[in-house]
Amino acid sequence: MAKITASVYTSHVPAIGAALDLGKTGEPYWQKVFSGYEFSKAWLKENTPDVIFLVYNDHATAFSLEMIPTFAIGCAAEFKPADEGWGPRPVPVVQGHPELAAHIAQSVIMDDFDLTIVNRMDVDHGLTVPLSLMCGQPSAWPCPVIPFAVNVVQYPVPSGRRCYQLGKAIRKAVESYDAPLKVQVWGTGGMSHQLQGPRAGLINREWDNAFLDRLIADPAGLAQMPHIDYVREAGSEGIELVMWLIARGAMSDNPPKVAHRFYHVPASNTAVGHLILENT
Amino acid sequence: MALEKPYQDIPGTTIFDAEQSRKGYHLNQFCMSLMKAENRARFKANERAYLDEWPMSEEQKQAVLARDLNRCIALGGNIYFLAKIGATDGKSFQQMAGSMTGMSEEEYRDMMISGGRSIEGNRYIGENK
Repeated sequence: MAKITASVYTSHVPAIGAALDLGKTGEPYWQKVFSGYEFSKAWLKENTPDVIFLVYNDHATAFSLEMIPTFAIGCAAEFKPADEGWGPRPVPVVQGHPELAAHIAQSVIMDDFDLTIVNRMDVDHGLTVPLSLMCGQPSAWPCPVIPFAVNVVQYPVPSGRRCYQLGKAIRKAVESYDAPLKVQVWGTGGMSHQLQGPRAGLINREWDNAFLDRLIADPAGLAQMPHIDYVREAGSEGIELVMWLIARGAMSDNPPKVAHRFYHVPASNTAVGHLILENT
Repeated sequence: MALEKPYQDIPGTTIFDAEQSRKGYHLNQFCMSLMKAENRARFKANERAYLDEWPMSEEQKQAVLARDLNRCIALGGNIYFLAKIGATDGKSFQQMAGSMTGMSEEEYRDMMISGGRSIEGNRYIGENK
């Protein structure tokens, strides 16, 4: 049977992708960001899974206002890096895992989560920046990836509670897949940031670190936090953090091993948070 | 009965909810069209003519022409869509975000490097710093 071995959490700031693609990683500003991922790149090489289930959000790229799925699972064989207006990022095409994705879709929908199934989709920085941070600049990503897009652009986004429960349903689905695959679930986005209006630039270091503490030790309690707390305390775009609860819900009920923790301000407009949790 | 919108007392913040999305549908879809290089070229060649192809309000068109992102947001725009205009203009996300704060590009960048805008006094309208 397949099993979930670990979860990875990271911000997915587009400027991080641009810094990598334009060869700016050596600049002091960016070095401070990338230094937090040196451990992670080595860890992923040691702990390469068979599949990554990558929870992210699309930023008006694959989904315009024509259709706004709350939860969308990518079931295609491959996903191309999108042109977000600056040209596509020069990163490898993402190979999917259609068999496992279809299995998860079937299982999770039967568990009352109404997923949208997507068979053609380009993936934006929300998905490719976490891969770049964790893998560097390889000629191919180290394993297949199942993109799982969550609407956090148009309010109301799914609640933290719903996301946490969905994570549990994903865990059940993976554990019922009839092949011995090692699967990691990644939750991306956040941490505190606001990109719009006179309050743009908001950062809340104390709140972010409390979020990390609770995500590790008290995810069920954290999942009860209402939307308004995210928006008020972590900025209008800080609400992306509900996606981390999907990955956390997919982890075992035993306390996880904290393999790595990193926090840094700023990357562009955003606080960068990063965790690696291993199932014990 | 009106829906509860507890986020309306957050200073300097417009939440892109279903109501804003409805108001901004054509504005945001216009932005989306700028993801194609040929459309970016046509828009740059004659912005007004390109905007007139869209059933947007005159106010929305004026806000786009003026690159007044706060106004665009008030009229239903969403920052991830409006970012396509910034990309067309060759602006970074930080330049766009900064342009809405009344700060200069340099002041905004320096604020971010020093840890960002403080939450103190920014949680709700009337909160003491």
